[in-house]
Amino acid sequence: MELKPGSRWKSAVCDTEVVVVRAVKDPAQLECGGHPMVAHNGEKPAGLAISPEFSAGTQPGKRFADEVSGLEILATKGGAGSLSIDGRAIGAKEAKKLPASD
Amino acid sequence: MHTTLLLDMAADAAPDRLALGRMADGVTFDEVRNRARAGAAWLSDLGGDTVAFLGLNGPALAVAVFASGLLGKPFTPLNYRLTDADLNKLLARTAPSVAIVDEDMVGRLQPAEGVTVVTRGAFEAACLDEANRSRELAEVDPDIGVLLFTSGTTGEPKAAVLRHRNLTSYVISTVEFLGSEEHEAALVSVPAYHIAGISAVLTGVYGGRRTVHLPAFTPEIWVEEAAAEKVTHAMVVPTMLGRILDVLEKRGEHLPHLKALSYGGGRMPHPVIERALRILPHVDFVNAYGLTETSSTIAVLGPDDHREAMSSSDEAVRKRLGSVGRPLPTLEVEIRGPEGELLSAGQSGEIYVRGEQVSGEYLHKKAVQDDGWFATNDGGWMDDDGYLYVEGRLDDVIVRGGENISPGEIEDVLREHPQVADVAVLGLPDNEWGELVAAAVVTKDGDPSGDELAGWVKARLRSTKTPEVWEFREALPYNETGKLLRRQLKVEMTAAAKHPATV
Repeated sequence: MELKPGSRWKSAVCDTEVVVVRAVKDPAQLECGGHPMVAHNGEKPAGLAISPEFSAGTQPGKRFADEVSGLEILATKGGAGSLSIDGRAIGAKEAKKLPASD
Repeated sequence: MHTTLLLDMAADAAPDRLALGRMADGVTFDEVRNRARAGAAWLSDLGGDTVAFLGLNGPALAVAVFASGLLGKPFTPLNYRLTDADLNKLLARTAPSVAIVDEDMVGRLQPAEGVTVVTRGAFEAACLDEANRSRELAEVDPDIGVLLFTSGTTGEPKAAVLRHRNLTSYVISTVEFLGSEEHEAALVSVPAYHIAGISAVLTGVYGGRRTVHLPAFTPEIWVEEAAAEKVTHAMVVPTMLGRILDVLEKRGEHLPHLKALSYGGGRMPHPVIERALRILPHVDFVNAYGLTETSSTIAVLGPDDHREAMSSSDEAVRKRLGSVGRPLPTLEVEIRGPEGELLSAGQSGEIYVRGEQVSGEYLHKKAVQDDGWFATNDGGWMDDDGYLYVEGRLDDVIVRGGENISPGEIEDVLREHPQVADVAVLGLPDNEWGELVAAAVVTKDGDPSGDELAGWVKARLRSTKTPEVWEFREALPYNETGKLLRRQLKVEMTAAAKHPATV
């Protein structure tokens, strides 16, 4: 999977959708609910189930950064699955508390 | 990432929250999306590569921004305060395009090759039309989101390029998704042709905050709307603030719902911000410094910074009220000397910035270096704690009331006057406007008055470009190579303005 900035991906097993904000240094596999994510306008493979290990859920608007791969993504739609890269769970970044400027 | 994804996210997660307009009859996020899609479908039949917009603020502006994104075409708002001649030149430059124009501005336009003019009313009706709302839109992968004309020292305005990735990067790194509470409302009086007007649309949507647009600013209307709509957040250019404070004091109005007021676009005079902090102590003030070319804000002086500066006994901290705060954490800012050398804290030079949200590009011209650094053309320095101070444009552009004014253009017009032998136009510091337009004139064959020359300029350019300060001299200062010493002239004229010679 080519995780280019701006590319959009959807979960194979739930409603979660993401957009890549920062690209990866080396090839990596982005997963949701324990399964590789699918291109936004691609076909979801049938018959897969959420892995219990990655079922904590994903909130829209949350940003995720993985130091190992360098990948940064933004969740655009929430869902039941949680995100991982190469089987490694990635957590949400703290929301920045910047004063509203616009 | 495209700006339309910002709207999709908000409409998916908070479809029934009010996005635009008044409490009584506002438009929900879901409805904004429906209208944007319908507008895009309708516009797609009209051709063109760009969507131009000539009109006052209002819900149609936000809808048009997203409609053009859905179409994959750059959105180009035009400055309605230009003269008809300048406006028509810019309109022609947008071709091939569709221009959405306020009904009462259509009469100002000349037919331009490749430009299809539609009225705002027609666009708004199309957005409500059921047939348009149910149409499928073609898949697009747009690059340029917004083209904004911006003035330089001389010559024609340049079209600043803001790509979708610059705009969305700025929004998602500075705004928390749906971070606004449901009762919040933003009052925006900054016009559509100003970068802050565009970014306000995007940040308002992503933050999930209702935006009330003020079509035309007067301080009285601003205060009335802010009170009536229980506005919690507002943004103004510095010149508006002083006038708003006057009305608040006159009416004894305290705007109890107002939580935050942000300002930018030009110098904020010390006396004005100090007065604001005294009259509205419950309000968080935010100074946002940025440029069209950087997708708006690159440095922020936050509410705590303001309050600390006001109440501190430490001179260095008090001074910060005149700064633009600290750069956003997602950016790098450097001060560099004339040879490009990196300067240290306290040293004055040119402000350079680098980051995802920085475009620094114009159509047909790139102003950003290959390593991503953009020279802002603003002079400034940073203190030991990283607070940035902006001293003014290095390229002599005058910033009056948040608006860029090119001195060269005014000088050219004045040189055409038969009794003007030489002229220099520059900005002088002013507490109300940030800068005033001043002219130093050397006359010949007669003694034209300032009023007469002002009339000459006003007839050819718009009124805000008419010099308000006139100085008549025997000669202007030049160096050995014939270069006009603007900086020296500015220093002399600033001193003279403070100590006017008694006659």
